[in-house]
Amino acid sequence: MVAITVPVAAPTAAGGVVKVAARGVDVFYGAKQALVAVDLDIAEHQVTALIGPSGCGKSTFLRCLNRMNDTIEGCRVTGSITLDGQDLYARTIDVVQVRSRVGMVFQKPNPFPKSVYDNVAYGPRIHGLARDRAELDAIVETSLKLASLWSEVKDRLGEPGTSLSGGQQQRLCIARAIAVSPEVILMDEPCSALDPIATAHIEELIDELKTNFTIAIVTHNMQQAARVSQYTAFFHLGRLVEFGDTAAVFTNPRETMTQDYITGRFG
Amino acid sequence: MTDVLARDLARARNPAVAARRAHRRRAAEARFRAASVAGTAVALLTLVVLLVALVGQGLDGLRATRVALDVAFDAATVDPDGTGDPAVIAKADFNALVKEALRARFPDVTTRQDRKRLNGLVSSGALYELRDMLLDDPGVIGTTQRVWLPASDDVDQFAKGHIDRAASEAERRVSDQEIAWLDALEADEALQTRFSRIFFTAGDSREPELAGIRGALVGSLLTMAVTAIIAFPLGVATAIYLEEFAPRNRWTDLIEVNINNLAAVPSIVFGLLGLAIFLNVVGLPRSAPLVGGLVLALMSLPVIIIAGRAALTAVPPSIREAARGVGASPLQVVAHHVLPLAMPGILTGTIIAMARALGETAPLLMIGMVAFVVDVPTGPMDAATVLPVQIYLWADSPERAFVGKTAAAIVVLLGFLITMNGVAVYLRRRFEVKW
Repeated sequence: MVAITVPVAAPTAAGGVVKVAARGVDVFYGAKQALVAVDLDIAEHQVTALIGPSGCGKSTFLRCLNRMNDTIEGCRVTGSITLDGQDLYARTIDVVQVRSRVGMVFQKPNPFPKSVYDNVAYGPRIHGLARDRAELDAIVETSLKLASLWSEVKDRLGEPGTSLSGGQQQRLCIARAIAVSPEVILMDEPCSALDPIATAHIEELIDELKTNFTIAIVTHNMQQAARVSQYTAFFHLGRLVEFGDTAAVFTNPRETMTQDYITGRFG
Repeated sequence: MTDVLARDLARARNPAVAARRAHRRRAAEARFRAASVAGTAVALLTLVVLLVALVGQGLDGLRATRVALDVAFDAATVDPDGTGDPAVIAKADFNALVKEALRARFPDVTTRQDRKRLNGLVSSGALYELRDMLLDDPGVIGTTQRVWLPASDDVDQFAKGHIDRAASEAERRVSDQEIAWLDALEADEALQTRFSRIFFTAGDSREPELAGIRGALVGSLLTMAVTAIIAFPLGVATAIYLEEFAPRNRWTDLIEVNINNLAAVPSIVFGLLGLAIFLNVVGLPRSAPLVGGLVLALMSLPVIIIAGRAALTAVPPSIREAARGVGASPLQVVAHHVLPLAMPGILTGTIIAMARALGETAPLLMIGMVAFVVDVPTGPMDAATVLPVQIYLWADSPERAFVGKTAAAIVVLLGFLITMNGVAVYLRRRFEVKW
């Protein structure tokens, strides 16, 4: 388990364009190092799954991509992460701008305690994306349709978002993220709090969303990673152990550790 | 080993033992419940006794006795030159009118001493009522009018039955002669005890029958307004800064410790601070609601900050993450999401602090608001006192008639408090968000 070489497969080989590129990313929480020299490319309009046992740093890595780690006391990120070639950690970058380009969906559905409509409209409102009410209505409708929630909530837009079921709440959170037209959507175990039916719904949705967005998803569920993603990265103890085409990682992993993990021998 | 285990298991599973245990547990629960009910009952009973006593005595304080006299508004006394000028009329000797009316009513009173006693039946405030009456309607000059004039406090107490007629003359404040006059007035239906507005319209006075709560009420209102305007925004802003923006380092730790300590500092120390800074350094006027409000704001700030921080911490972090995730700036996260959700808790803390400030007298002692102030303040720079001080001053007065006034003032203070709490509850309901 020591001396792990870090293989970086270029996803561009599959004909995609690199959207986000991480090079030599180290993350420290105080004195503790959570990520060690991670090199990873995320391909545009593809789903990249990050897998690995608990505490391996996959969520930490995900949260580096929209600088969500900034708000954690004592967290330090070194190395470079670029979005379309632009350094996300450059001194001149506006963090709020980064987060509107790289949206996020969290582990537990966390709608605002406001109406369904206001949940989705909040992002466009603060970024001034709509000139009038009609435009805002259109954005809300499109976002809810993209999140395949429109048919279920179109008659109850005024009800609180928290009154929806767990699966609906998570799709509402996805709609909320979509509404600000981000380029990348980060999903941190979006289905871990949901039942299998709601999970299937979200997975279908992820597959549809990749035509418009680039998606990175953290999951503990191997089948889910295999079903929804085109690329898979396996993290262990803060290091990127293996990264490549999902089919290859799951059927013919290069590392025995990956093999052991995906077959359920540890983790 | 196995023997011990078997014995323990057998004992634990013995139905008789289990039944005994259940019985003991149920008995303990019943005892606890009984104690709780008894405690609540005692508390409720005390509250009812307090309220009944206060309201009963307070209503007595709201009623005042008046004497009807035929006052001759003699033009020679009131306006000798017939100018009709209000400035001249206002300076007239109305006391003479009252004395004249009394002499006309009881013509057989001749000795100087008896005259003096007779004049004492009517309150010294009667002349102001006559003056206001003339200024309102100068047409009554030259006529004789039947006017209800306020009686003195001893007459008032006698009419209300607080002075025992059967007691020996030396032991009561009303002499036999005075009782005879009063009985004569009563027979003429010229003596009446009824609800009086004076309590709500007048400021403080040495004469109980002329003393009112208005000065203290307005003083309390002005002081509370200054306190709220300063303490609430400052306290909330401090809480937000410390909780949401400030870095965690030695300085913020030091500030936090100091704020927590300030919340426990005796209130009179804040009064000293106010005296030293607001009066001596800044040079603000003494006894002013502005200074009182500033001092009470300083006293309330730590409580508001602590409650505000607790309310902000209670907002789930997931809401902050969600807002940040859609690209809200730190200020937007706080203003749009965290603050509205924390508002009910912040308001609760604020109202606790304000309620404490409303009942506070010690810090006001140092800045001269514990004082006998007759005039009703018209602004935050006027000399004023506050409700709890007024209650203390009246309770401390020797006249029997102040007992009712004190009770009425306490009811007013409680009413003020309940109104303030009511507003807070209403605001909290409005801000409360269902999850």
